[in-house]
Order: sequence, then structure tokens, then C-alpha cells
Amino acid sequence: MSEDILQIKEVKKFFSHSSGVSVKSVDGISFSIKRGETLGLVGESGSGKSTLGRTIVGLYEQTEGKIIFEGRDVSQLTNQEKRDVNRKMQMIFQDPHASLNPRMRVEDIISEGMDGYGFLSGKKRKERVGELLEKVGLRSEHGRRFPHEFSGGQRQRIGIARALAVKPSFIVADEPISALDVSIQAQVVNLLEDLQKEEGLTYLFIAHDLAMVKHISDRIGVMYLGKLMELTDSETIFTKPLHPYTQALLSSVPVTHPNQKGQRERTVLGGDPPSPLHPPTGCPFSTRCPVATAECRDTPPEWREHSPGHWVACHLNNL
Amino acid sequence: MSALLEVNNLEVFFSVYGGSVQAVRGAAFHVNKGETLALVGESGSGKSVTAQSIIGAMSHKRGTKLNGSILFKGKDVLKMKKRQLYEIRGSEIGFVFQDPMTSLNPTMTIGKQIEEGVTLHQQLSKKEVKKTAIELIRLVGIPDAEQRYHQYPHEFSGGMRQRVIIAIALACKPELIIADEPTTALDVTIQAQILDLLRDIQTKNSTAILLITHDLGVVAESAQRVAVMYAGMIVETGTVEEIFDSPKHPYTWGLLNSVPRLERNERLTPIEGSPPDLFEPPRGCPFVERCKYAMEVCVQHLPPSTAISGDHRVLCWLLDERANRDIGERGEQIV
Repeated sequence: MSEDILQIKEVKKFFSHSSGVSVKSVDGISFSIKRGETLGLVGESGSGKSTLGRTIVGLYEQTEGKIIFEGRDVSQLTNQEKRDVNRKMQMIFQDPHASLNPRMRVEDIISEGMDGYGFLSGKKRKERVGELLEKVGLRSEHGRRFPHEFSGGQRQRIGIARALAVKPSFIVADEPISALDVSIQAQVVNLLEDLQKEEGLTYLFIAHDLAMVKHISDRIGVMYLGKLMELTDSETIFTKPLHPYTQALLSSVPVTHPNQKGQRERTVLGGDPPSPLHPPTGCPFSTRCPVATAECRDTPPEWREHSPGHWVACHLNNL
Repeated sequence: MSALLEVNNLEVFFSVYGGSVQAVRGAAFHVNKGETLALVGESGSGKSVTAQSIIGAMSHKRGTKLNGSILFKGKDVLKMKKRQLYEIRGSEIGFVFQDPMTSLNPTMTIGKQIEEGVTLHQQLSKKEVKKTAIELIRLVGIPDAEQRYHQYPHEFSGGMRQRVIIAIALACKPELIIADEPTTALDVTIQAQILDLLRDIQTKNSTAILLITHDLGVVAESAQRVAVMYAGMIVETGTVEEIFDSPKHPYTWGLLNSVPRLERNERLTPIEGSPPDLFEPPRGCPFVERCKYAMEVCVQHLPPSTAISGDHRVLCWLLDERANRDIGERGEQIV
């Protein structure tokens, strides 16, 4: 077993709201990621998956909890050490149209990070940018162009090249393919998989497309209203989901072939997720859960290891 | 079965600086009474422009040129005057938009917004109109209809707003609903609710649905027939089984192969490259640059439409009798 590259313990991120109530976007999440692994994070909009990703890379400061990266608690570091950690943790953003500065040339976008760390200069820098562009499937002469000259898929490749430029070991990919067309999604996913092999990268892959998350991830965590509901390897979560929310989520995924219609058992959830401003007192899912009991509505379930490597937060399955 | 809607050789041009963009280039398909036809394609393939042309939103517009015909119940929408278009919009063709966040008026209660359509097309007393609106709110599965009637869009979640939009589309019991990516902006659990709702309404009122989507899962789930659109052309049409079991066009193969399957985990096969620029569309087949099986003829000439069986039609040179038959049958092996 390889070592954990990242451990997060009871991480919370609250935002203050004008009403005086704090919004608990991420409410006590713990997991670890092994070096070279891909952990997928799924959940509906508003479940806090992006906030968690941003908190991990340090774009937000956590309200509570510990983030331990490569064995060091990130909040205890000196500025110098923090710079090093920031370099090793990179992020790929969702919207390829909004995440690249339209007034910068692609080569400057890619090398901005490198310059900040004083990596290379002059001709060497240019060579490295060319190398990176070719690595992500573009051509080195594309460096002179501006972002608007590229399609969505190509821009996402530029975003990936920018993340790779500072030689990271861990990348948070926040919905990197949701804005792309189906035929282009597969291109970008294959690229991410190839880069992982070549560079030995670790991914936290955030998405809502369950089939794609299963495809790319070794393990999958399911989030709901700021909390993790279930976490296990990507095979088990599809074959033996324990949490009623995971089961409902999986059954809402459209079939991949018309002849599967009606063959699957479907639990279509009623209602909408509750507002994070007024979360339910007990289990966050208790308001929509088809099997909720009085206990579920009163006490939040514990996050426990149901069987080796299979974590779940639910009062049921209390075996 | 008679076709409710028949689109023949539809072409839509937009004049832009320096020339014109051909957004739709000879699209042809039909929708039968009471069925769901899914129009599938990538962004920029012309699906939405086609949909908007059907309700006449592209006619009478400066800088836009339309050719071909769109027959709705035998009458050509493209030849209709503005007055006639107002009459069919809403009352005979309902429209469900993609983005539930921006397609409602934020300053009007949802009750009033639903009533708008009802009063425009039906002679009813105020009381009856209100009753109809509340019934519609109930029909689309919004709880507490009486209270909800008085609320504003911002008090509704995305899924609930989409239900309101469906209620508006249903207000006059149209025979055809055009749903332009109705679930794209929604989460999967909500998507399942909305697709179920559309299906229920279809069985209850035997409404035909033209479902525009890029999600093959949604197609497999809801459609009876499929039209695959690429660069402004319908490259393949057929029943949903024909498209999923024996697709014939390389683009359809590519689409089906680039989606991961829950049951299997193998490397994805993307379609390399990107769609052509419709400012200067290619002379021959629009897919030629991305097609693994492209031949000389594909570059030079547009492929003819080949009928495989009754409804299954394909626009591809591989199906010509002079082409290499081995490749033409590759669809089954790949998918």
C-alpha cells in the first residue's frame, strides 16, 4: 500500500450569510487519498463538493479541521513551506471560458505559475511551454495565440497545461468536463488518465456525471448537503451501495441503452435538497429519505467504517 | 401513422460580418402524433435553431434566411404571417426552454405567468382561468398549488421552476411540445423527476414531444425515435433501438463509444478533432475530417440519404454499394 498523499480530518467550511446564520457548505468531512489514486467526489449542486475542493487547495481557508498534505499540516506551515505546498497542489476549473485570462497569450497563461516560482527563463521557458502544449495535445506554436482562438475542449487542455507547468503531485479537477460536448469529454478524460500515468499524479475528481466519475475514479465519495454520505471503491459503490441516498442517486442515472428501460429498480426521490441555510437537525437526507425513522430526524448519523474500506453515514445498516 | 410535424430540407442562414453562417443545412425529419423524437447533437450542430424555426421564431427576422418547409398539421410554418404564428404558439405548440433560471419573468407571480397563455388562447372567465392555472400547477407535481400560485420565481428551486415552465407549455393542451434541453441545467435526481413528468403528460394527453438533447442517456430513457444532427444536417434517423443497436453512421458510432458505461470500464474512444466551422462548411460530408473511414468521395460530394429500413435513414457514403462493405457493417462490431 502506498502512503497517503492527503488526509483531511473533520474539515468544515462555513460562510457567513446576511441573515446572521452561517451556511455550512462543508460540514465535518474526513478522508484520505493515496499517492497515484483518483478519488471521485459526486453530489448534486449545492452539496459542497466544489467548496471542499477549493478548501483543500487553499483557495478558501477552512473554518475548522485539519488538512495534512504529504505528512505536514498545511495550516502550521511557514510561508516558504506553504509556497511549496501551493505549487504541488493545482486545480483545473470547470468553465474553460472563464478560467483563462482573455488578454493573455496562451504561453503567458501557462508560464505564469512557472515564473512565480522562478523555474525557467528565456528560451528554456519557451521550450518548456511548447513541451507542455504538446503534452496536452496542442501544438507548440499555439502558445502565441489568445484563449478566444480555441474551442472549449482546447481551452480545457490549456488549463491542464497550466496546472502541470509547476510540476504538481496532486490535482483537484473541479467538473473539468461538464462544460464540454460528449465527443470532447472523452478526449479530455483520456488525456487526464494518460497524464496520471506519465506524471504519477493524484486526482480529486469532482463531477456530477456518475458514469464518468466511475470510469476515472478508484474510489468514490458521495456528498449531500455538506456531508459525506458514503465512500468506497468505485466498483462497490455501484454494485453494493449502502446509503439510501447513493441508491437513489444511482437509480436516477439515465439508462445507457433503451432495452434497459424498466429493467432497473428506480427510486425517484421526491422534493428538492433542503436549503443549507436551514439544514435538518438529524441526518441531512432525512427529509427525502424513503426509509427515514424518528432517529434519523433527531440525531445525525455517525461516519463509520461499515466494512473494510467502505465508509457510510447512516443509522440503517447498523449491523 | 400521419406525421404531426414534417421538416423538409430546412436551411437557416444568418448573415454575419463578412458572410453568412449556415446553421442548418438541409435538415429533414418528422414527428408522429403522440411520440417522442429526440434530436441529438453537439453544441453548434443546429438543434436549437431548428427548434426555434419550428415555432416561427426565425421567420420575420432581419439577417435570417430560411429555405425548405416546416409542415405542422399540413400547414407550412415558414409561410405563416406573424398573426398566424401567435395563434399556433402556445396553443398548438408548447415550448420548454433549457434554463429554468432565466426563462421566467422574475416580477410576475407564477400563477399570472401560467394564466397568460391560458387567457391568450381561450375564452374563459377570470375564475375559470385561475382554476385552470391551479390545476396545471397541481398537474406538474408542485405541492400546495394554491399557495404556490401567489409566489414569485425566486421562491422556487431549479427543478420546480422547470415544472412551472412545463405547466406554461401545457396551458392550452398543445399537440406538440418542443423541449430544448429541458434537464441539462438540473441535477440527476431532479432530471429523473422531470423526465418522468414529461412521460406521464405524454401518456395522459398523447402529446408529441420533440426532445432536444445532447445526453444519450436521456435519449435511451425517453425517446421512441432519434434524429442525430451534425453540422446542421440530420446524419442518421431511426427508432431508438435501431440507433443504439445497429447505428450506421460513423458519427453515431463515435457518439455511442465516447460515453462511459456503468457496466464496463474500458478506455474511452473519443471522436478526435472538433466540428467544422459553419462559416465555411466543407463541400462534402461535414464529418469527413473526423471520420476514420473517410474516402475520396466524402471530401468532394455530399453523401445521399440511404434508407436502411422504413424509418432508418443514413447520410453516409459507406452505405453506397460501391463502398467497402466490411467497413459499412462495422457499427455492430464497434458498439
